Amino acid sequence: MSLLTTNYLTPTGREEAWRFTPLNRLGGLHDGTSTVSVLDSLVGPAMNIPGVSISRVSRELLVPQSHSDDVVVQRTHAESSTVFHVEISAGVEIAQPIHLTRDIKNAGGTELSRVLITVGENARATVLIENSGEIVLGEDIEIVLASNSFLKFVTLQEWDAGSIYAARHHAIIGRDATFESITVTVGGSLVRILPTVEFVAPGASAELLGVYFAKEGQHFEHRIHVDHAVPKAKSRVNYKGALSGDKAHTVWIGDVLIRAAAEGTDTYELNRNLLLSDGARADSVPNLEIETGEIVGAGHASTTGRFDDEQLFYLMSRGISMDEARRLVVRGFFAEIISQIGDESVQERLMVGIDGELAKAGQ
Amino acid sequence: MSTLDIRGLEVSVITEKGQIEILRGVDLTISSGETHAIMGPNGSGKSTLAYSIAGHTKYTITGGTVTLDGANVLDMTVDERARAGLFLAMQYPVEVPGVSVSNFLRTAATAIRGEAPKLRTWVGEVKEAMSALNMDPAFSERNVNEGFSGGEKKRHEIMQLELLKPKIAILDETDSGLDVDALRIVSEGVVRAKEANNLGVLLITHYTRILRYIKPDFVHVFANGRIVEEGGPELADKLEEKGYAEYVGA
Repeated sequence: MSLLTTNYLTPTGREEAWRFTPLNRLGGLHDGTSTVSVLDSLVGPAMNIPGVSISRVSRELLVPQSHSDDVVVQRTHAESSTVFHVEISAGVEIAQPIHLTRDIKNAGGTELSRVLITVGENARATVLIENSGEIVLGEDIEIVLASNSFLKFVTLQEWDAGSIYAARHHAIIGRDATFESITVTVGGSLVRILPTVEFVAPGASAELLGVYFAKEGQHFEHRIHVDHAVPKAKSRVNYKGALSGDKAHTVWIGDVLIRAAAEGTDTYELNRNLLLSDGARADSVPNLEIETGEIVGAGHASTTGRFDDEQLFYLMSRGISMDEARRLVVRGFFAEIISQIGDESVQERLMVGIDGELAKAGQ
Repeated sequence: MSTLDIRGLEVSVITEKGQIEILRGVDLTISSGETHAIMGPNGSGKSTLAYSIAGHTKYTITGGTVTLDGANVLDMTVDERARAGLFLAMQYPVEVPGVSVSNFLRTAATAIRGEAPKLRTWVGEVKEAMSALNMDPAFSERNVNEGFSGGEKKRHEIMQLELLKPKIAILDETDSGLDVDALRIVSEGVVRAKEANNLGVLLITHYTRILRYIKPDFVHVFANGRIVEEGGPELADKLEEKGYAEYVGA
């Protein structure tokens, strides 16, 4: 175990990065009071995939590829004893998604997990992580894309009701590489994810998509940070959320930084929230910081609202009942993103789950 | 044989400036197989009449009655009115992102008919309706009204009219924004629906050109929230010539 445990600045909740997060519900991940009791819950596919090497190595052998000022990430870097490494060889094209799942034996225990995904030059692959079960988990996933590679990165947070998940999903994107992520958060007590992107060479692009559906008492927070540090990179962010039930709370932060060197940057970010009941709260904060005027485009939009009465009227004027019209609209709202996951059974499972929540919300 | 009976209908909207009276006692009876044209200047309340009959909550009924074959339409929810046999082709059909035309049409047909149409015959039905309106089959995979051109939106409305087979249809400025070819195609769709189902049509329009394709049995001139003159098709010719000047401010 590391000796550094107490060296971090424990957040108080007044910091900009923590002001929306109920710290008392973080299971001690942020202040060092949690005790690690679960190890190595993430498991790879049962079958060998040619061109993909999956291993768990000692922490000394794979140092973190990036810095973070997030205390949970720092603790994870310091204390996680192993690194789960997915290595996609240069030049390979993997048609089937590389499926990672969690096998949680000690329900309710605490884990700090480090994951590294490396994508070799010219490689193309999809990684799908399915998170479920009951756990208190701090996690740092680093994804390194070499030149001209492509990775689609899908994570499903379908945690049990008591779970706590605080994580960073950090992509480091090389020259002319393309990173597409889809982050789905529909379960857990508290989920706080930092989907972050660092462009390290020109010509790269990132598309960050997300959907979340928070019910009574759930806190789902997504803090995007895209760092345009080099010229000619492109980023697109589109997160859609629905909320229903008392004290359902979602937080979406979209920080995009265009540094002085990042000429030719093209960025747009979007967040839409659909409030399905009273007592729910959606915070949505897009932030664009621009240090050069020599860019292709930079914009953002954020909306939070209830059902569009005109949409419901149109559907109902064709004989469709109010409940069915609401179901169609919510399905349609999420379909734009969920349909891009590319796995029919996962998509159908998520849609059926959304229908179920909506039926409960309508009661 | 069905009859939509509108008696003394008074309708207001609530605005920041308070309640504004728009319809001031409208009397109108439309029966199966009849085509009524309502013509009038902008702002006369024609669209308010259409949306009030369909049940839009923006409009408050302050007086009068609307019945369909004796049943009180004003007591029904929007979807109940549609299932009772009323249809409104909208001037500005609403976009519904993420909902495909095919899913929407099947959901609507299931609601109106009371059971899901058999898949095999349904696919053929939709294909036929689309080809009759000169629509690309790929259209059914697009999202409802999203990115549709003006003409595509109107064809989509009339396609629903043909598939949902209402008893009485209200067409709210279906001719607006259509070029000559699209106007002809859309009008032929209305005439087909009329012949196939003995449809009663209430055609709301500003211009007489659509009446060349859809011949009205009755023409009603609408101004200041009520019908101010009624007649046969010859009344439309008079309006074509003289405009609405004599009715406005009257």
